Amino acid sequence: MSNASETAVEMTGVHKWYGAFHALKDINLKVARGERIVICGPSGSGKSTLIRCINRLEEHQRGRIIVDGVEVTDDLRNIDKVRRDVGMVFQQFNLFPHLTVLENCTLAPIWVRRIRKKDAEEIAMRYLERVRIPEQAGKYPGQLSGGQQQRVAIARALCMSPKIMLFDEPTSALDPEMVKEVLDTMVALARDGMTMIVVSHEMGFAREVANRVVFMDEGQIIEMNEPEAFFSSPQHERTKLFLSQIL
Amino acid sequence: MEDGNAKRASGVALYRNPRARGIFFQGIFVLAALWVGYELIANARSNLAAQQIASGFGFLEQTAGFDVSQSLIPYQASDSYHRLFLVGLFNTLLVSALGILFATILGFAIGIARLSSNWLVARLAGAYVELVRNLPLLFQLLFWYLAVLGTLPAARESISIFGEIFLNNRGIVVPRPIFGEGAGYVVAALAAGLLAAFSVKLWARRRQMATGRPFPVLWVALALVLGLPLAAMIATGFPIEFETPRLAGFNFAGGLRIIPEFAALLIGLVIYTAAFIAETVRGGILAVSRGQTEAAYSLGLRRGLMLRLVVIPQALRVIIPPLTSHYLNLTKNSSLAVAIGYPDLFAVFAGTALNQTGQAVEILALTMATYLLISLITSGLMNFYNARMRLVER
Amino acid sequence: MSDIPANADFVRLQLSASLPPPGKGARQGRWNLFSGWLNTALTLLCLYLIWLLVWPAVKFIFIDAVWTGASREACLAETAGRAVGACWPFIAAKFSQFIYGFYPEGGRWRVDLTFLLSAALLLPLLIPRLPYKGANALVFFGIFPIAAFFLLVGGGFGLPYVETRSWGGLLITLVVAVTGIVVSLPLGILLALARRSAMPAVQAAAVIFIEFWRGVPLIAVLFFATYMLPLFLPPTWSIDALLRVLVGVALFASAYMAEVVRGGLQAIPRGQYEAASALGLGYAATMGLVILPQALRLVIPGIVNIFIGLFKDTTLVLTVAIFDLLGQLRAAFADPNWASPATLFTGFAFAGLIYFVFCFGMSRYSLFVERRLCTEHSRDVE
Repeated sequence: MSNASETAVEMTGVHKWYGAFHALKDINLKVARGERIVICGPSGSGKSTLIRCINRLEEHQRGRIIVDGVEVTDDLRNIDKVRRDVGMVFQQFNLFPHLTVLENCTLAPIWVRRIRKKDAEEIAMRYLERVRIPEQAGKYPGQLSGGQQQRVAIARALCMSPKIMLFDEPTSALDPEMVKEVLDTMVALARDGMTMIVVSHEMGFAREVANRVVFMDEGQIIEMNEPEAFFSSPQHERTKLFLSQIL
Repeated sequence: MEDGNAKRASGVALYRNPRARGIFFQGIFVLAALWVGYELIANARSNLAAQQIASGFGFLEQTAGFDVSQSLIPYQASDSYHRLFLVGLFNTLLVSALGILFATILGFAIGIARLSSNWLVARLAGAYVELVRNLPLLFQLLFWYLAVLGTLPAARESISIFGEIFLNNRGIVVPRPIFGEGAGYVVAALAAGLLAAFSVKLWARRRQMATGRPFPVLWVALALVLGLPLAAMIATGFPIEFETPRLAGFNFAGGLRIIPEFAALLIGLVIYTAAFIAETVRGGILAVSRGQTEAAYSLGLRRGLMLRLVVIPQALRVIIPPLTSHYLNLTKNSSLAVAIGYPDLFAVFAGTALNQTGQAVEILALTMATYLLISLITSGLMNFYNARMRLVER
Repeated sequence: MSDIPANADFVRLQLSASLPPPGKGARQGRWNLFSGWLNTALTLLCLYLIWLLVWPAVKFIFIDAVWTGASREACLAETAGRAVGACWPFIAAKFSQFIYGFYPEGGRWRVDLTFLLSAALLLPLLIPRLPYKGANALVFFGIFPIAAFFLLVGGGFGLPYVETRSWGGLLITLVVAVTGIVVSLPLGILLALARRSAMPAVQAAAVIFIEFWRGVPLIAVLFFATYMLPLFLPPTWSIDALLRVLVGVALFASAYMAEVVRGGLQAIPRGQYEAASALGLGYAATMGLVILPQALRLVIPGIVNIFIGLFKDTTLVLTVAIFDLLGQLRAAFADPNWASPATLFTGFAFAGLIYFVFCFGMSRYSLFVERRLCTEHSRDVE
């Protein structure tokens, strides 16, 4: 049995249905601490559903999901613990438009971690510097470009000092010239040792940073491998088909 | 080639120049409007003279000569039309203010109920909204006045609720509060309680920002608002009493009688407007995208905090502008009082006073000007609030 | 449980088939009637309300109702020997008044014909799939009003004259509502265009006109039309009471219509105007061929809302002594031959049903159109 503290996320035999539609079929996945996973696959394959089950934005009906030693169930206390330690970045950014950038970042630390406002702002400014937009702290999300908004979203998630970061297609809604700035931020995050599970089509990012690439189709994991092996010699025909379409 | 172009550019005929055409057209338009206006006024003048109807606002000093069934200020039949106008205005404002208050409470409750996860609650609220919105307001007012309040029994066989409130065909009789000695202290204690609750809220927020520790504001505020007046009541020996109405002969002695016209108007307006407010509230809450809730959850915020800090501020921005127009509609709809005999501004002034003096022009002008003024003030406030609250964007 | 290692390099050999969802899990809690004490309390409250309000209403209207009879005796509890509910003979006796008012019996076919014509012209206009909308609209908005006028009022073509004072009931309701709709749409469009005009005098006049009619209650407008309009006209012009009301309602509705159309015009991107100019289209052509068709389609829900409001507002004419459906109802209540405790509720149930069917039908139609336009638009975007 592996040492529990070294496993960040463990999913065993996870199934999920939307009504009668079988969205996730027998998912088995183990993510070690500090590991970077990139999940790819055609649309509708269940990639987003998978990571949204990790922080209980979606409910799984069968199987077990254990995040940092805590099992994800209906128990509100477990859900709270998991959500504090897991950060998420969305495709549509989902910044709070009625709050400034700084307020977006300090909201959760103040109200959930009960940190003093001054300390929360210090932490927020530090992370805003890390994503390289400290000067935007007083602006509102509506005044920023897409790339800037997504970087704020990353900083906002980091302000809660999560142990694991989930990314749901973070660059899919961005104009091409802004994709690089966000990917650079994510690469820097990876180099600092953050455990990351990223759903993305950006294969360059996968090659540079990922420990493993996971290919999903029709709700199941088809193939998993290290990036080099994954891209140069895919085994399954579905994987080959998918790679031929995007590379 | 160039010569021809130059000739054409320099001497553009006036009738082709768009600006000249614009000015010319506007000139004609203004002249026509002025001519029509003159004709109308001239006709009115001659018609009024021919029918020997007085002009001017002198009639306001004349005696009104009739009684009014409800008045917030003292009024008798021997008072002037001027005072009558004020009586009507205050009645309109009373019905509108109470209507807005109750309709908002009911409307928010129904709107939130429509979004409930409880199937029965959501469906029932939906049925209420669909039924009320698709029946005319006047129809509903007549229903409450004629069918519900009109068929109540006579005073002797009143329907009684808990032995304190009585429903009969002359109205609703409720206990009347009598303020004895020391009542002032209780009222002052209530005011102090509200003020203290508000201060606690501000202090608690500041303390949380400074130290991070939360404070149970809601419970403390409730304790203050309820506890302080209660303490004052005990200290001064319960000075506020309620005079329960008692049947004496054919009618009730004591207590406060709410005339059926007022009750029907208020109930009808509240139920009608609440349905529209419910739809606005529901739309506002639904307008906040799911992504906002998900982002808040993924940051670890629980449902209560998520609603308070993220969803409701954004929902209110969407709700408030249409809400104001519902309030305006309620105020304008209160003029339907004329159909069920409640003495609001429209009924006493544009109804009875117009009949008696015949001075339709002045009376209607005054009445319409009053409603217009109320509308403009409310619209102005709404535009101001809207501009301040707008989400800041590029 | 599979024995595939969870983090090794992995290739799936056999694809899994889709399984059906577990029995209880997916559907449980859909209704949430008794999940938690709050929901249980609410459910019980709702059931109590239904027992208090809905059940007695059903009993009154159907179960305890009296279906035949000639006068109030039939509807009294003593005669029937049981608890009585709705007094339907009352409705049957007054039915022709509710629909036609006091329109002479011999001429009622004219009213029926007008109703039929309007339905025959309106329905094809409402069904999106049918073609020739332009011609249809022209006939309905242009020719039909004139034809309806001659049919109902008479005085020519061999039809005897029927004064408007004898009109009443549903006839008046529909005449006021349809006239309001037919006039307010073109007038509202003109006002909206005037409000967006670049000429300051025209724009100012439009703003004043619109804000004035929107700021005063409709009752005031009706009073103004009934009592004040004759004052502003030369004494030789005498205007029919109903016509005055129609003028007032039309002007009132056109102000609201103008705001709705203006909202639609504002939603059209500048690029459309620019493209039309670039093609050399003048103002009239741009508006008529490019902007208005798009703008009007965008605000159909708003327009239908105004229609619904107008239909409900026809009830206000009873304050100026014109007897629409509600006015006839109130007059019928005063008939001593039918006065009984159940008469009031029966009358309101009947009239309420008519109003509800019309208004609810219109609002469902508006939703139907909205949904259709949404799907059309998303197809365009693809």
